Amino acid sequence: MATLGLALVFGAAARVIELRPLELLHDAGNIGVFLRGYLHPSFAHLSEYAWQCVITVCIALWGTLLGAGIAVPLGLLGARNLAPHPVVYFAARRLMDLLRAVNEFVFALMFVTAVGLGPFAGMLALGIHTGGVLGKLLSETIESIDPGQVEGVAAVGAGRLHVISFGVVPQVMPNFLSYILLRFESDIRSASVIGMVGGGGIGFYLWDTIRAFNDREAATVILLIVLMVMAVDVVSSRIRRLAI
Amino acid sequence: MACRASRNLHGAVTGGQHALATVAPVMTTSVSPVITLDRATRMFGATRALDAVSATVHPGQFVAIIGRSGAGKTTLLRCLSRATSLSAGAIRFGDTDVAGLGGRTLREHRACVGMIYQQFNLVRRLRVIDNVLIGRLARLSGWARWAALARRFDAIDVEAALRCLDHVGLLERVWQRTDTLSGGEQQRVAIAKILAQDPRVILGDEPVASLDVLNGRLVMDTLCRIARAAGLTVVATLHHVDYARAYADRIFGLRAGRIVFNGAPSELDDARLFEIFGEVPQSLPVADVDVLARTA
Ligand SMILES: Nc1ncnc2c1ncn2[C@@H]1O[C@H](COP(=O)(O)OP(=O)(O)O)[C@@H](O)[C@H]1O
Ligand SMILES: [Mg+2]
Repeated sequence: MATLGLALVFGAAARVIELRPLELLHDAGNIGVFLRGYLHPSFAHLSEYAWQCVITVCIALWGTLLGAGIAVPLGLLGARNLAPHPVVYFAARRLMDLLRAVNEFVFALMFVTAVGLGPFAGMLALGIHTGGVLGKLLSETIESIDPGQVEGVAAVGAGRLHVISFGVVPQVMPNFLSYILLRFESDIRSASVIGMVGGGGIGFYLWDTIRAFNDREAATVILLIVLMVMAVDVVSSRIRRLAI
Repeated sequence: MACRASRNLHGAVTGGQHALATVAPVMTTSVSPVITLDRATRMFGATRALDAVSATVHPGQFVAIIGRSGAGKTTLLRCLSRATSLSAGAIRFGDTDVAGLGGRTLREHRACVGMIYQQFNLVRRLRVIDNVLIGRLARLSGWARWAALARRFDAIDVEAALRCLDHVGLLERVWQRTDTLSGGEQQRVAIAKILAQDPRVILGDEPVASLDVLNGRLVMDTLCRIARAAGLTVVATLHHVDYARAYADRIFGLRAGRIVFNGAPSELDDARLFEIFGEVPQSLPVADVDVLARTA
């Protein structure tokens, strides 16, 4: 019964998206032509693309930092066991939901109109979206900490900020750091395409070369993005292992 | 309730091992307040965890609370520390009704009450010294308060913490992470933290229930030594009657939220035990009773 239901859903979805696998075979010749260009990357503009990759990494670095900065207050207020009032808890939770629900590209489009084209708009967009994601993770980490250790600090008559600094921070820090690094890896991937909507970085060149059917240039750009993402993943996972 | 008494627990207790004997006689006038329970009642839904408990704890007394699991011992201690509040009746420290505390006055009350828990409740990932310094938090003022947010302390506070650790015999563990210590050592860190806090009353919820009897005895001896030297009141729930007999001046027996025994350890015979526990509770193994019997 469930299988039949699933089959119906997927069948209908296939109609909606005009799924026609046979056309792949039909167009195999065309795809072959494309591929030929991609197998011969052009290195004429390599240094320019490399510089754009550096910009992309910088967008991701600052975007993640901004996200972490937003996540700390939201995560603290959005944790049931720390929120000063249920209304504050509810408001912080909904704000984080909103930041997560809106894709970073939508934010980028908004910031491009607000602060103009370029990496700054992209960084803001990434940071705001990441703030929502990290804030949610942080508040859930805080809700799962050992309440006894917090009570042990509060019991000496310490103020709220001291209780957080001594009772909460040491318990959530390892997890929070590794979430930040994971998020940085994901922000690098987003930053590498956010230039398509005007957010700066290598993404603009990706869009530009593909739209112009400039296959050999596009191949170079894609190659650089892959190398950059791989390098960042390796470095970041090294650090994560150190942190835990 | 203000804590600024004309007494400094550090001076009294942490001024070095030898100073203790000379300091102790000076501490005869206790600064602990009289604790009065006046028909204290705490409801959880329809459950009466505390049922009109009336009793008085005199300054400097060591009171043990005994009773079956679920009798309301923890609830009683949590009401004393104002971790939770009463449904009816009153608890007074000196002249202060704890029900009226809130915000700053509540934090001042907590600063005057040192807590020891069964699970130690130390911050496990912090170093031993940091956990002891937590005891100083409520006493910091001005810059030191802000610096402490980044876990930075003045040399004078660090020295005080070191003396406290010296006093419980853990000076060689100062820089270790707290979760690398054994249970008995962690409970002694908790006592050092209380020394640093310099409270007027110590409350213990099953302070030795997680420890073997040798460590339990070491912890209780340390606790008693400190409390006696400063004339501090101690109220502790003790799972085993043998511990209560070995250390307490006075024993409260709780049964289903009611106080059914309030007397000296010598009055606690089998009939009274039966009344409290509904059976005569099992004693510790003979070897362990011997260990406890060798205490002062
Ligand atoms: N937070 C709570 N919510 C509901 N019931 C509770 C709570 N704390 C304690 N109780 C109930 O109150 C009674 C006394 O519990 P407690 O004080 O923990 O007993 P003890 O420490 O003597 O074992 C028990 O029946 C327990 O189920
Ligand atoms: Mg209990």
